[in-house]
Amino acid sequence: MAAERELVRWSAARLAEALAAGEVSSVEATQAHLDRIGDVDADVHAYLHVAGDDALVRAAEIDRQRADGTAPGPLAGVPIAIKDVLCTSDMPSTAGSRILEGWIPPYDATPVARLRAAGLIPLGKTNMDEFAMGSSTEHSAYGPSRNPWDLTRIPGGSGGGSAAAVAAFEAPVALGSDTGGSIRQPAAVTGTVGVKPTYGGVSRFGAIALASSLDQVGPVSRSVLDAALIHDVIGGHDPNDATSLDERWPSFADAAREGAASGSLAGLKVGVVHQLDGSGFQAGVRQRFGEALKRMAEAGADIVEVQAPHFEYALAAYYLILPAEASSNLAKYDAVRFGLRVDPGGSTVEQVTALSREAGFGPEVKRRIILGTYALSAGYYDAYYGSAQQVRTLVQRDFDACFTQADVLVSPSAPTTAFRLGEKIDDPLAMYLNDITTIPANLAGVPGLGMPIGLAPEDGLPVGLQVMAPLREDARLYRVGATLEAILEREWGGPLLAQAPALGSAASRSDRIRTTPGTAPAPGYGTEPDGGTL
Amino acid sequence: MADGTAFASDALLDYDEALAKYEPVLGFEVHVELSTRTKMFSAAPNPAAADSGSVEPNTMVAPVDMGLPGSLPVVNAQAVRYSISLGLALGCSIAETCRFARKNYFYPDLGKNYQISQYDEPIAFDGSVEVELEDGTTWTVPIERAHMEEDAGKLTHVGGATGRIQGADWSLVDYNRAGVPLVEIVTKPIVGAGAAAPQLAKAYVATIRDIVRSLGISEARMERGNLRCDANVSLRPRGRERFGTRTETKNVNSLRSVERAVRYEIRRQAAILEAGGTIVQETRHWHEDTGTTSAGRPKSDADDYRYFPEPDLLPIQPSAELIAELRAALPETPTQFRRRLQADYGFTESEFRDLVNANLLVELEETVGKGAAPAQARKWWLGEILRIANSRGVEAGTLVSPLHVSELIALVENGDLTDRLARQVLEGVVAGEGSPEEVVKARGLAVVSDDTALTAAIDEALAAQPDVLQKIRDGKVQAAGAVIGAVMKAMRGQADAARVRELVLERAAR
Repeated sequence: MAAERELVRWSAARLAEALAAGEVSSVEATQAHLDRIGDVDADVHAYLHVAGDDALVRAAEIDRQRADGTAPGPLAGVPIAIKDVLCTSDMPSTAGSRILEGWIPPYDATPVARLRAAGLIPLGKTNMDEFAMGSSTEHSAYGPSRNPWDLTRIPGGSGGGSAAAVAAFEAPVALGSDTGGSIRQPAAVTGTVGVKPTYGGVSRFGAIALASSLDQVGPVSRSVLDAALIHDVIGGHDPNDATSLDERWPSFADAAREGAASGSLAGLKVGVVHQLDGSGFQAGVRQRFGEALKRMAEAGADIVEVQAPHFEYALAAYYLILPAEASSNLAKYDAVRFGLRVDPGGSTVEQVTALSREAGFGPEVKRRIILGTYALSAGYYDAYYGSAQQVRTLVQRDFDACFTQADVLVSPSAPTTAFRLGEKIDDPLAMYLNDITTIPANLAGVPGLGMPIGLAPEDGLPVGLQVMAPLREDARLYRVGATLEAILEREWGGPLLAQAPALGSAASRSDRIRTTPGTAPAPGYGTEPDGGTL
Repeated sequence: MADGTAFASDALLDYDEALAKYEPVLGFEVHVELSTRTKMFSAAPNPAAADSGSVEPNTMVAPVDMGLPGSLPVVNAQAVRYSISLGLALGCSIAETCRFARKNYFYPDLGKNYQISQYDEPIAFDGSVEVELEDGTTWTVPIERAHMEEDAGKLTHVGGATGRIQGADWSLVDYNRAGVPLVEIVTKPIVGAGAAAPQLAKAYVATIRDIVRSLGISEARMERGNLRCDANVSLRPRGRERFGTRTETKNVNSLRSVERAVRYEIRRQAAILEAGGTIVQETRHWHEDTGTTSAGRPKSDADDYRYFPEPDLLPIQPSAELIAELRAALPETPTQFRRRLQADYGFTESEFRDLVNANLLVELEETVGKGAAPAQARKWWLGEILRIANSRGVEAGTLVSPLHVSELIALVENGDLTDRLARQVLEGVVAGEGSPEEVVKARGLAVVSDDTALTAAIDEALAAQPDVLQKIRDGKVQAAGAVIGAVMKAMRGQADAARVRELVLERAAR
């Protein structure tokens, strides 16, 4: 039997092999992760709900099936964490909001149903910014999650819970959702891997909607292969989602394995998007990004610069389209059928709805509902929502043009490393700028992968690389990502997360609160935005 | 108008006087509930489907209909095909590509607090419908568009005097109807009908009903809300170009009410204009009992529903092949249908018009199709069935099926029933006791054709009235009536009166 502390550090791929070989049981693996959660989650607060006994019962069932030779798939018995934006029929699904506190849906989201069908064991629901609005989890109604690399810092958002859970070894893999970077930006600041699939690649059925035309569910993991394994399970056409692509997808895991094995990027054209090349970004981010390009070139890739002139307007367009759709998607929270109900008695339905929304929504949600309602209003539609959609078309054309010159596009995943809790909470614009690099992929629907490329020298915190591919070419991300990952891990002597500080009972409190080395503070993107004021 | 005045009677101008001074301009929004098996955007069963009885509230619902988080709409392909067929039948162009849009407003009968509808991209547009009035004149009603959308749930307001949300203690919501597929047919302004405007209104809605019925895409029963009409009425002084301010009378749900509501609004608006007042642009409620309208909510063209393209659904792009296929399968138009029937059945113009005005052509054709003679079918539908329908204030077509009427006629033709017995059987069928055969059996209503039984009854009657035979022999044949009456009474009506008469006359001749 593997020791608990070792077991939780295994990748999903390794765990799956060990489960298949009978070296470890699913109950042992699940219990090890539950123990780890018990040990560290009071500090990290990655989880809003832990499945506990239910997870162990499922694990035992999988172990029985394994013994009978009827285990449902290669990942059967592997534990997984689920972002609270996804509906689960046996656990509360709150999307980080007070207005859905305790709500248990009558159905599983399609990606969750597929995980269960493949025998994965849901460990619990992970924290997030309320309705996925935010870049730090500080907008969660249930308190922020903390970055396992430094508990005074944010784990990114909105999917900071899933990223922190994986980075803190509280789950080998997790599900996230990405509307403007909510998988890739947390991956960047926690040193983990996250993929936003092609829009329509993974069903949105059961994902509590933020902005329907941008939302996409995807995997969160500590390795490119693990992300691919989960993507293979959750992806594919779903008749319950009209925007789901009816496509025969290749095996992403095969693509990742091929990439890792080849060690070469020969013939690959890597486009550096001039508009996202890191100018104005934190120095350590720029440095690691430059080094990653160098490694790719050394592996045979041809690095070219490409122009995407309309990316400059992407953030502004995004912050019209998202609130507009969100203002409509969030209208269903009216206290009539489910969710929080504030009823002082003797009130009209309008008053009960208004009081419930007042009490149930946090300030960022209200801000975006008001923004979106305004942007859709008669007389303003053309100027705001209408022009934002035109920008969206231009961004899509920029991508089309870039992909005639390059096979994949790269940029830093985020402008800075993890910032401190509270640092940007009162400055919405500074917070929005965290997603400047990730938003274009959502506007165009193209897939994006975020992966660690080292630690910023000035603060010792993880830096992420974003790789983007054309629509439906998700396999390319896994192939390229796995190649680069293998090169970097050889250089580091192991995964980057091996360098993360110890947590929980194994660590003293002082170990866990890191202080920035005595150099000048990180510039903090937002004080000198690239391309002028937005 | 304040709520308190809602039921105060409005001043009305004499209809002829109103028409002398003002020209009415009409417009209609007719909502048709499609009878697809499942709902517009969910797999829940459709309560507007053909075989759907009444069910408990909130039992025909899927997560989408309730607006549950994470649920997603999926378009019902059959509803799209039905909508295209309807668009084609209305002479419309079918859009090569069209989208759904969200119409955002908070109201508890919408689970999502937005309605999925179509806004600037309807599936069908620019058509026209030929409408025939009771006097046989025809009108062409221009169609602006027909678009797809979902129905809302039903609110029941409990407590309060008016049954409306204002003043109610609480309200109950039934989401069964939420998500029922609808097509909304919008006319362009209809001008020039003059005094015939109310008749045209009725004839237009009847034509839409006939079209959707012949397409087989809706149950089209107005009393059940399968077909609902909002009637827009405005007046302009004769000779003026610009339209007056319109009112929209909502949910006028019978053909007769459509006619009455339009007539009422013409008289009400004319009275206001005559008194120097102005018409308020508003919705109005129709009151079937008093035949009046009352003020609803103010409505302006600037109502802000914050429409935007529905991001959960892809554009609808019907192929040219599909449109051609649906066009080829279109049934004849109501006008073509009428002309064919008139030619086939050989009715006189006035006999035929009675059927048209009673809206019984479809029933007639189906009854004939099941084997009845046209004259017999006409006699039953316009006679006893229409009488029962009128006495109950319902549409004749809802009382009994054409199949049962044809069976009833066959029983009379075969001599199994007299007309009088057949009327009793019809009563039983209308009361839901089963088919005519079943009612005959259950009520024991068959004609006694056994001469032995009749002879015995005649003997008995003659014994009581011994002078009758002599009177007949003296040439007073009408004296037989007393015996026939007595026999019929003794047989509780289940005798063939003609046969009894024959037997009595035979006896007298002996």
